[in-house]
Amino acid sequence: MSKGQSYEEFVKGIWRDNPVFVQVLGMCPMLAVTNSAVNAIAMGGATFFVLVGSSALVASFRNWIPKQVRISCFIIIIATFVTVADYSLLALAPAVHKELGAFIPLIVANCMILGRQEAFASRNEPRLAIFDAVGMATGFLLALFSLGAVREILGNGSLFGVSLFGANFEPWVIMILPPGGFLTLGVILLFFNWFKVKKDEFLADVAEAERSGK
Amino acid sequence: MSPADRERSGSPGPLRLVATLALAGLVSGLAIIGIYETTLPTITENKARELRAAVFKVLPGVTRMQPLVSRDEGLVVGEPGKDEPVVYGGYDDEGGFVGYAIPGAGPGFQDTIGLLYGYTPERRLVLGMEILESRETPGLGDKIYKDAEFVGAFGALAVDPEIVAVKKGTSAGANEIDAITGATISSKAVVRIINETHVAWSERLPPPGTEPAFEPRGDGAEQ
Repeated sequence: MSKGQSYEEFVKGIWRDNPVFVQVLGMCPMLAVTNSAVNAIAMGGATFFVLVGSSALVASFRNWIPKQVRISCFIIIIATFVTVADYSLLALAPAVHKELGAFIPLIVANCMILGRQEAFASRNEPRLAIFDAVGMATGFLLALFSLGAVREILGNGSLFGVSLFGANFEPWVIMILPPGGFLTLGVILLFFNWFKVKKDEFLADVAEAERSGK
Repeated sequence: MSPADRERSGSPGPLRLVATLALAGLVSGLAIIGIYETTLPTITENKARELRAAVFKVLPGVTRMQPLVSRDEGLVVGEPGKDEPVVYGGYDDEGGFVGYAIPGAGPGFQDTIGLLYGYTPERRLVLGMEILESRETPGLGDKIYKDAEFVGAFGALAVDPEIVAVKKGTSAGANEIDAITGATISSKAVVRIINETHVAWSERLPPPGTEPAFEPRGDGAEQ
């Protein structure tokens, strides 16, 4: 396994196959807890821990898990990591845990995590699975953060709880309510799709120019 | 067993499937018990510290507190058992009684609101209010604990005949409080919880002047 492949598995999750903006997975935490940057990062961090831990375990034991019960085994592994994350957060950062509430246990149901086990970790060696998981989890964290930051800045006039615009700023409250999540996500998805169309057009132009030049 | 071996031997028997799942469940169970046991002391300590901080916040001037449990014989000092109604007595440096910190809970706009309020039976005033638990709408309902003006208004609020939340800017009486614009339901819920808790406790609390005295703990910790 070359160094290049590890790098490729890592970097694909951040942009090309970003779990949120390209694969459109994990929408439940994406919309529910991104009303502030801190919440988004805590959620992203917890998901990171669960995804990387489960991918490493699933890839290590992939030859011992019979395929008939693989999904149950993946869920057991994921649920264990989620419980560990839940209790650790409750002990170390009770204030953040209070804000995230039910959404930490719900990481179990995040289809992005189960998807990575089924599509990648159960078919590859642990090293590659870890690179893949780190990449995907980083992509997820960045996506949560960009949504959380935009919504907190517009909806609360602050970032990480630090007021940005002074007392005269009238917060755009809808941005931290559920509709704000859909609006922001829609605009970001629009950008991603526009970018993809432009890139394809550009590649087609280049190919056309090469052909006519010959 | 590599995937190639498995292909040769055909699909695994039911015993193997059961064994795999049982083993996975066992290891997972042990891991969960491990993390629960490790974090439990910190979690309990955090909760106790949070409660202490809240008691000191809703009863200005208080430096010591102790739990007071309502039992058949009246209000006694002691650790509350399960489902036993409890208030927290707040005392100053000399051990003089300042007031009760009373926990209350009730339905808010989205979910149960849990709060703690300071109350002096002598002057029949609410001295402070702190939200312990709430899932009110971020940006609107959560102002019941983020809006300093609203929280501050509970600094000296008469409980007689009952606390009333009125439209912002119109509070006049000693028992009236400005509701938060955009969070009227949440503000009224807070007021209603305090009123209901006050009624529920008014018969359980001893007459002013006969409150249980502060009992220093043997371990020297100021509780």
